[in-house]
Amino acid sequence: METEVKNATSAGAATMAQNAETLQGERRTTTPEVKMNASDLNLWYGETQALHDINLDMYAREVTALIGPSGCGKSTFLRCLNRMNDLIPQVRINGRVSLEGEDIYDPSVDVVQLRTFVGMVFQKPNPFPKSIYENIAYAPRLHGTGTSRSELDDLVESSLKRAGLWNEVADRLDTPGTELSGGQQQRLCIARAIAVNPEVILMDEPASALDPLATATVEELIHELKDNYTIVIVTHNLQQAARVAGYTAFFHMGRIVEVNDTDTLFTNPKEQRTEDYITGRFG
Amino acid sequence: MQRRLTGSANDPLIRARYRRESRFKAYSITALFVAFAIIVAFFTDIFSQGYSAFWRAEIEVTLDYNERAERIGRFAIPEDLREIVSRGAVRSIPLQIRNNPELAGTTRTDWVPVYSRIDQYLKGKEELPPALASQVDALKAEGLIRTTFNWAFFTSGDSKLPELAGIFSAAVGSLLVLAVTLVFAFPIGVMAAIYLEEFAPDNKLTQAIEVNINNLAAVPSIIFGLLGLAVFINTFGVPRSSALVGGLTLGLMTLPIIIISTRAALRAVPDPIRLGAFAMGCSRWQVVRDHVLPLSLPGILTGTIIGLAQAMGETAPLIIVGMIAYIPEAPTSIFESATVLPAQVFTWASEPRKAFVEKTAAGIIVLLAILLTLNATAVFLRRRFERRW
Repeated sequence: METEVKNATSAGAATMAQNAETLQGERRTTTPEVKMNASDLNLWYGETQALHDINLDMYAREVTALIGPSGCGKSTFLRCLNRMNDLIPQVRINGRVSLEGEDIYDPSVDVVQLRTFVGMVFQKPNPFPKSIYENIAYAPRLHGTGTSRSELDDLVESSLKRAGLWNEVADRLDTPGTELSGGQQQRLCIARAIAVNPEVILMDEPASALDPLATATVEELIHELKDNYTIVIVTHNLQQAARVAGYTAFFHMGRIVEVNDTDTLFTNPKEQRTEDYITGRFG
Repeated sequence: MQRRLTGSANDPLIRARYRRESRFKAYSITALFVAFAIIVAFFTDIFSQGYSAFWRAEIEVTLDYNERAERIGRFAIPEDLREIVSRGAVRSIPLQIRNNPELAGTTRTDWVPVYSRIDQYLKGKEELPPALASQVDALKAEGLIRTTFNWAFFTSGDSKLPELAGIFSAAVGSLLVLAVTLVFAFPIGVMAAIYLEEFAPDNKLTQAIEVNINNLAAVPSIIFGLLGLAVFINTFGVPRSSALVGGLTLGLMTLPIIIISTRAALRAVPDPIRLGAFAMGCSRWQVVRDHVLPLSLPGILTGTIIGLAQAMGETAPLIIVGMIAYIPEAPTSIFESATVLPAQVFTWASEPRKAFVEKTAAGIIVLLAILLTLNATAVFLRRRFERRW
């Protein structure tokens, strides 16, 4: 199954066509659909330019990992994808980011609406200091996608199930989300993001504050979510990128140095800097 | 066995280190002790002086509601007791007859308050002429003079007669003033703080506003009194001495305190909560309403209560808007002349008569009790609703 997916996705990327052919197994003829795309994206914090000419395709129902040393701009780039950078004063952006061809920085775009399509999970689990139920029911109620109690009940259950948390919390939905363990909190945050029914989920180092066991659970979850959602994940953990991501982009000094399917990037990097980074020579 | 862990007793360096530590500890404990001693001395002094004001002496007299007493109350009192009974009680006799004509021509035995100097004598605070003193002693020995709890202190307003003076009107005044202050300053302060903290862009203008709000909190309170006089009384024609003008003036003073404490409470809400809410597609107002405000409400309330407590103890600005006044009747609306507790204390403190000394102290006790209650409420709120995340 895994190889099949990999084959299918790698086949789509023009730069990797050759690679894909060398891989064994049956090829899919469908080209992977580009869900989000950034082209010539530049970003400044005041006078400091943090992103330089970013070009990146993020494919539907795939995990794209963004790796790179601290301060390389990968989190900044991630926040461009749901316009969280709008909240930071003095951020200036030019270039284009699109969601299925629609420019998300178009003046007519409603940020609130955009964020219902592009959800986000943060580095540190940040459940609201409300009950588990409320954590999940809050946004659907806000957006009017779930109104009746039974609808919300169903939504809470299905979201928790998809986040793999249902069995652990089904009998205590009224307890505060903040009383769960770190890993559970993070899965609650993922469930919360899923409840809005987004198409893309952005994850900013979702497992870096978790212990190895919880990390494994979250990674498994990401793997499952990939079937339904487009996931973009920032991670410092190269093994994690290798485990969960179909594609990986290596950021350095605000630029994308190299982007490729994960296997190729890790086993056969084209750029010296990529190789240095993944072999631990810097970063 | 070689012992390597017990050598410090002989090591001069280590011993010096320990000495320095214990010296520092001694200084700290001394400082603490001095501070504590001052507070204890203050409370002891106030309580020992004010305690007696909560008791008063009463005398049992046969009131004779005769014809002459209908006009001059003195004549209802047996002649030998006229110097002992409170003039305030005497004066009310014609009024009693007028309100209740059936009393005319009857006699009645009743407990009435004694003259304040007699009261002070019985409390051992003042001397009396020997003849009067022995008469009072005799009455007391006969059981015709008793000491009861001075309910009148809590139920009646100010009076020129110390034995009748109470804090009721001042307490009502304080309540009305605080209500006005709260209604005026709380919404404006909280709104301003929310705007500055959650909505306002960070530019020169908002920075200037911030600095000035902080400065405002440090402005001497009497300046706010002048502002209140100029703006509320002279410009808007708010009635002088009224709870309204006092409340508004104190509101001006409390506003920066509420703004600052509200901003601190808002800032204490961790950013990940906000980001999480934004990422769910909340608008800014929804983030504030559903996530930031519920978390910061205890802090906001605490700050408000502390601001109000400060306003409640404030006297200086109220002098200027005419609230240091003789108000025997409790105001019934915010437009009537009123006075407040600290102003009442101030008024009594400037009275020359000995009997007002204990009234002053008792007024302070009541004021302190209310302030401590307010502060305890603030602490309780903070403890009770403090949330962890």
